Amino acid sequence: MLAAPAAFLLLALLFVPSSLVLVLSLTDYQFGMTGFDWVGGDNFGRMWDDPRFRQSLLNTGLYVAIVTPVSIFAALGLALLIEAQGAMRGVLRTVFFLPVTATLVAMATAWEVVLHPSFGMVNVALDAMGFDKARFLSDPQLALGTLAFIGIWKMVGYNILLFIAGLSTLPADIYEAASIDGADRGWKRFTLVTWPLLAPVTLFVTVITLIRAVSEFETIAVLTNGGPNGATEMILYTLYREAFRYFDIGMASAIAVVFLGVVAAVSILNIALFDRRSRL
Amino acid sequence: MRRALSLAVLAVAAAITLAPFVYMIVVSMAPQGSIYAGSLLPVPSFGAIARNYGNALTTVPLPRYMANGAFVCAVILVAQVTIAAPAGYALAKLPFRGRPLLLCGVVLALMIPMQVPAIPLYVAVAYAGLLNTYTALIVPFVISAFAIFLFRQFFVNYPDEVLDAARLDGFSELGIVWRLMVPAAWPAVAAFATISVINHWNDLYWPLVVVTDTQMMTPPLGLASFRASGEQSGDVGALMAGGVIVTAPLVIAFLFFQRALIRGLGFGART
Repeated sequence: MLAAPAAFLLLALLFVPSSLVLVLSLTDYQFGMTGFDWVGGDNFGRMWDDPRFRQSLLNTGLYVAIVTPVSIFAALGLALLIEAQGAMRGVLRTVFFLPVTATLVAMATAWEVVLHPSFGMVNVALDAMGFDKARFLSDPQLALGTLAFIGIWKMVGYNILLFIAGLSTLPADIYEAASIDGADRGWKRFTLVTWPLLAPVTLFVTVITLIRAVSEFETIAVLTNGGPNGATEMILYTLYREAFRYFDIGMASAIAVVFLGVVAAVSILNIALFDRRSRL
Repeated sequence: MRRALSLAVLAVAAAITLAPFVYMIVVSMAPQGSIYAGSLLPVPSFGAIARNYGNALTTVPLPRYMANGAFVCAVILVAQVTIAAPAGYALAKLPFRGRPLLLCGVVLALMIPMQVPAIPLYVAVAYAGLLNTYTALIVPFVISAFAIFLFRQFFVNYPDEVLDAARLDGFSELGIVWRLMVPAAWPAVAAFATISVINHWNDLYWPLVVVTDTQMMTPPLGLASFRASGEQSGDVGALMAGGVIVTAPLVIAFLFFQRALIRGLGFGART
């Protein structure tokens, strides 16, 4: 049976552990303990009542609400501008795709140095222009916004790539027909032709961006550890800390269930919307 | 006017995109004094290049991290393709009883983020005494639902007559997979390979969970621990040199194999 190893490994490495997470979320199991008690929905109740967890969920929502629309619309705009260039097109693509392959841990530390409170390039420039220097990663007012900025920086390149791939599949004869009807350039052509034709690509980009934004972990783990004072704590980092620093497997599993619910809901919404659209 | 505006927008966006790369490279080549002097860009010097890159390679076992990363990525990729290609073929071309169920499972598996099964997998790895081993770094990723799905999509259009002819010629089913299907689906394999290597070279989450031993760290984890250990002493030049070394292989590969990479990423994989 050619599919047997794959089926077995899917079960052993994915479905069985994921189902175990559903079960563990109803327990108070701690790693290293021999037994556990059933606690029903207590872990989920704690997630809602404990201000620390609530802030983590709130931060995640805020981060997603900033990063998703900005990185999608910036990418769409830049993709259209890049494709409208002549000889420069290849160079521009290469430049904007660079963050896609770059190691985020390294780039996050590079951003940290760029944004360093005393000698970083940005603060040197702010100082020279007569503004106050900012503590981008340690000021609770700024830290989440700074991580969102780095998140946008990371995601725009990938979204540009997806939009350019989508643009290249649009049929040229529709543009010819549109130009005969007077929608030959600029905003009018965009709203009447490009935007509706790109809708499936945009939906796809939205789903991928939403999932990647909800899953933000590395910039937090490397740069802020959720601080200052919980200001950059987000769902996946909270999950990581509960599971692998505090070894509170029950609580971490409850967070994982919520996280899985969000990711699955986005994926299912994608399939449902796509289905309806293709039937219309 | 319109053209000037669009060029200006592109120039600003390109500057922001390139800023951390340029800054990382320049700081990695600059002496400590110049970095802390607070000018817009520090001034590189040959002595500083030798010092920073030397420190990056000797204060932490950076070559070891790179070797670990290369080994882990290679084994994961080989295992993923070895397991997924026959499964993709079976799902595309062989009628068997569990086929709809398996296909359903593959699509479902695409929606499960790795951090969910990671919790019980960690407990299992820890009880098996496998923390800080290559096994722990590799095993959770040997199965890729995305690879199975991608291969199935490519294999499904392969002409059945060729398969029948091959069977008459004495090809086994596995022979068909490796000698006919995989070579024919080479663009898909190359595309998948680029995605897999990018993801696992850059991954921080799982290595952070199962590795604490410096000798077993992968490049991102090693770099993150280098950064954390240097917070007091603050050898920024060496840290940026480490960043350049870790980032360089994939970025350089990207510049050479841009086309295959773009095709691979265009499939929209995220894991």
